[in-house]
Amino acid sequence: MANVEKDSITGQETTGHEWDGIKELNTPMPKWWLYTYYVSIVFAIGYWIVYPSWPSFSGYLKGIAGYSSRAELDKDLVALKQSRSQWSDRFATMSIDEIGADQQLLDFAMAGGKFIFAENCAPCHGSAGSGAVGYPVLADDDWIWGGTRTDIEMTVRYGIRSEHDDTRSNDMPNFLGDEILSRKQIEDSAEYVMSLFGDARDKQAVMRGQGIFQEECSSCHGEDGSGDVELGGPNLADAIWLYGNDKDAIVAQISKPKRGMMPAWSGRLNDIEIKQVSLYVHSLGGGQ
Amino acid sequence: MPPEQQTTTPETDEDKSLYASRVKIHPQSVTGVFRRLKWLVLIVILALYYGLPWLRWDRGAGSPDQAILADMTGRRLYFFNIEIWPQEIYYLTGLLIIGAIGLFLVTTLAGRVWCGFSCPQTLWTDLFMLVERWIEGDRNKRLKLDAAPFSLNKLWKRTAKHAAWLLIALATGGAWIMYFVDAPTVTVHFFTGQASSTIYGFTALFTATTYVLAGLAREQVCTYMCPWPRFQGAMFDEDSLIITYEEWRGEPRGKEKNKERDNLGDCVDCNLCVNVCPTGIDIRQGQQMQCIGCALCIDACDSIMDKLGREPKLIAYDSIANMNAREEGRPATKRLIRPRTIAYSLSLLLVMVLMVYGLSSRADLEINLQRDRAPLFVTLSDGDIRNGYTLKILNMARLDRVFDLAIDDFPEALISVIGYEKDGASSVTLSVKADAVGTFRVFVRAPTDSIQADVTEMRFVLTDRKDGKISEQDSSFYGPKR
Repeated sequence: MANVEKDSITGQETTGHEWDGIKELNTPMPKWWLYTYYVSIVFAIGYWIVYPSWPSFSGYLKGIAGYSSRAELDKDLVALKQSRSQWSDRFATMSIDEIGADQQLLDFAMAGGKFIFAENCAPCHGSAGSGAVGYPVLADDDWIWGGTRTDIEMTVRYGIRSEHDDTRSNDMPNFLGDEILSRKQIEDSAEYVMSLFGDARDKQAVMRGQGIFQEECSSCHGEDGSGDVELGGPNLADAIWLYGNDKDAIVAQISKPKRGMMPAWSGRLNDIEIKQVSLYVHSLGGGQ
Repeated sequence: MPPEQQTTTPETDEDKSLYASRVKIHPQSVTGVFRRLKWLVLIVILALYYGLPWLRWDRGAGSPDQAILADMTGRRLYFFNIEIWPQEIYYLTGLLIIGAIGLFLVTTLAGRVWCGFSCPQTLWTDLFMLVERWIEGDRNKRLKLDAAPFSLNKLWKRTAKHAAWLLIALATGGAWIMYFVDAPTVTVHFFTGQASSTIYGFTALFTATTYVLAGLAREQVCTYMCPWPRFQGAMFDEDSLIITYEEWRGEPRGKEKNKERDNLGDCVDCNLCVNVCPTGIDIRQGQQMQCIGCALCIDACDSIMDKLGREPKLIAYDSIANMNAREEGRPATKRLIRPRTIAYSLSLLLVMVLMVYGLSSRADLEINLQRDRAPLFVTLSDGDIRNGYTLKILNMARLDRVFDLAIDDFPEALISVIGYEKDGASSVTLSVKADAVGTFRVFVRAPTDSIQADVTEMRFVLTDRKDGKISEQDSSFYGPKR
């Protein structure tokens, strides 16, 4: 830049660039700005020394202040637990029915239960317990293993057909595969089952199926097909069907039954969380 | 370069400088009608500003007893007996519209009276100048002090001035906070160190802005920062009051002792009108954007005219039409009723009527109803269909209320509410505490054969037990696809 041109009005140097007669002034960054940069650089060096900064192959530079965001988080979590203890202590000692009767505790349970449900239960049972084929609706009034608070808590804690020692389970027999019933007998009993909710078409088959039902099915599903909560035998005389209520679905379920599995949550959720989520499920609309 | 372009370049480059550095203004004190009026307005508005938060208003137990309070945490706006909930914030919009149109109307009629007499920027600058005058003396002393070399006296005066300014600024910033939290409580907490960092932070912020805007920036706020002077010219016409200088009477100006006195105009070129001006302009150059219409130059000129035994109002609060009329010897005109004043008045009246109507017929009850999206509906064991709803009843009255919830045009539907009605009934009684929101889980069930379509339109009806007032909320009932 041997020949620096100066703007006649401002007395400032130009960059030498020109567009259609308009020349660009060479305006350097303001000094205060520049010094702010310098201060930032000095600050950054101080930061490296005091706080954790550079990574190394085996770890990272720890800094002389010994700060760690993980430790801060732990501290916050301990404080959070402390602030919740006025609730959680009572949750630990009280039964689920006692908690359900206390509006304040119930509110606390609802607030937490909603999120516990969304994280752990909703993938199978649907949001707000709307259910799906094979995964029970939790918002209706039909409960295979009971719909009282205690029942729900038990199901959540130990699961159904889970690997937990205290799990509740039953086995719908493999009627066709184990050659207990013939294909014809299965179709007849399916017709009978359908008649329990008033949807049967073949009266003769219903008559034949009734005898088979009383012999093979009534021990678990009840003589009138209304089920048995103690044994986990589903109610066949209502409008709610876990695997569908058309004839094919019923025949399939008798021939080679699907047996749903609910995991035990006692290992994954703690006692308080189990009570919270059980109370939440109880509130969805079907709790007894 | 073509020759004609050569001729357009200015002769000297200095004319084209793009930057005007600020000349520090030292307004001289003045007495007169307008100055007295300005002091009066200043005292009244400052008293209101600092005093209003301390006004009490009994609203019964459990509610704040401050007359004017924007309760952020409680989400209420209290103004004497009016209580605004967050969803009614449009009342504030109405107030702002009234303020804006009112400002337009006043500006059209009387010019920049807002700027000159009641704008906080003008008031606090005036107050800060008063303090400055007490400590450092009037214009001439201040000019001398400015020019004087550093001395203990100068240091003391400057320190005292800025300390006094900061104290006023602190009181101003602190008073602002009092409109948002209980005034007596926050005052005690503030000085005993118990107030939250938010309160200290905001007090510091408003203290700083008051100090900077009223102490240091002053007329620059009006000239460069405020948008209002830039567009209020649109509201002026020749009948609007402005600060006028009657050039035909004043010019040619000259000193009183000038030999040619008899051939000169009334202006004796004493420069007092310039010296008292808080924005440092010369009104004799005519109406200017910087003029805030404070009328102090009128007081200044009148005092001189009085001394010399001449007619007052060489500088006057007047309209251009009037000034021209007098110049031409016609009778003075005063036109208050003009198309634009009519338009402003009518729109002002309209908004005010709407506001008064809105406030007087303000509902003390609001219902929010949300239908469950998941599950859309639930089939019950007996085949009935059930839908879930979350009902919120906003009881904006200061008394506990009891309501009956029922459903219109859906006789088969049964309502159950968690905690209120378990088995389902055609009507359920709900209670909501005073000034609170009641949240209810509502279930509606109906037999399948009573549902005609996938979606049945229906209506919740809420009846106040006490006065029988009915509130309705439309909703729908979902069933299986048909």
